[in-house]
Amino acid sequence: MEREDLIKEENLVYSKTPLLTDTVMHYCPGCTHGVVHKMIAEVIEDMGIQEKTIGISPVGCAVFAYNYIDIDWQQAAHGRAPALATAVKRLNPYKYVFTYQGDGDLASIGTAEVIHACNRGENIVIIFINNAIYGMTGGQMAPTTLLGQITSTTPYGRRSDLNGFPLKMTEIVAKLDGTCYVTRQSAHTPQAVRKCKKAIRKAFENSMLNKGTSFVEIVSTCNSGWKLTPVKANKWMEENMFPFYPLGDVKDR
Amino acid sequence: MAVKGTVIIDRQICKGCGICVINCPSKALALSREVNGKGYNYVYIANDNCTGCTNCAVVCPDSAIVKVYRSRI
Repeated sequence: MEREDLIKEENLVYSKTPLLTDTVMHYCPGCTHGVVHKMIAEVIEDMGIQEKTIGISPVGCAVFAYNYIDIDWQQAAHGRAPALATAVKRLNPYKYVFTYQGDGDLASIGTAEVIHACNRGENIVIIFINNAIYGMTGGQMAPTTLLGQITSTTPYGRRSDLNGFPLKMTEIVAKLDGTCYVTRQSAHTPQAVRKCKKAIRKAFENSMLNKGTSFVEIVSTCNSGWKLTPVKANKWMEENMFPFYPLGDVKDR
Repeated sequence: MAVKGTVIIDRQICKGCGICVINCPSKALALSREVNGKGYNYVYIANDNCTGCTNCAVVCPDSAIVKVYRSRI
């Protein structure tokens, strides 16, 4: 069968979701942000809630998320996305509200906001991109950086006596009574992406059931910050990140 | 039952990260030697092994694989 014969409407099995705009993403080649944007857009399209979704974009590489997904957005100050999401959700209880935050945003400057939003049990979705580094500012050490990991501020590797230990935000948040669904996923293979999409969908559905906060951590790569090719970065993540940040549901009630 | 598929690639969006190439179970994709407008070695269909499994489109960070077609033969 020739290629021209295959390209017919009845044979179409996948097409790029119309929720993603035509703007070319500014992310580095192979960045997980692009996959996560696509997953969120597909979940919103599948649920038919484009008109009812408000996203809170963070500070960091994903600050321009509002250019890429065609929904309503609000941009928060560094780390303050859960506080802003609380306000948006309380004023618009029938909207789906989610925050999209990196690890420098959520685990460092915004720790207070995220812990208190989760403790209050706000009916929002928090999507946490954990790539163990400050990607946008030049690959400095983040709270989630692994022990021994080389970054531009820990050129000999992170040491526990000098720099402390990596922060497991997902496990901390799971201990709080306000959260209903806490999970850790990744997006480096097709299987992982499909599982992660299901988790994001469940989190969005939870936000309308008055059950509490849903928290989805996505273990990601930062190939520019890690100084690896995209393919090698995925491999490095599997070998080094997954033993410390194991995938799976931490809490589901 | 044999299944045949094909993909439509937006060459100008592709950044040549190669994640689709290693995730393609039938090894139908490869990075070209030529570059696109941004200077990236874009991905292209190297042979006719494609089964239209959509794995490449699912993992593509830039949604450069715009459409996937599949048909039984």
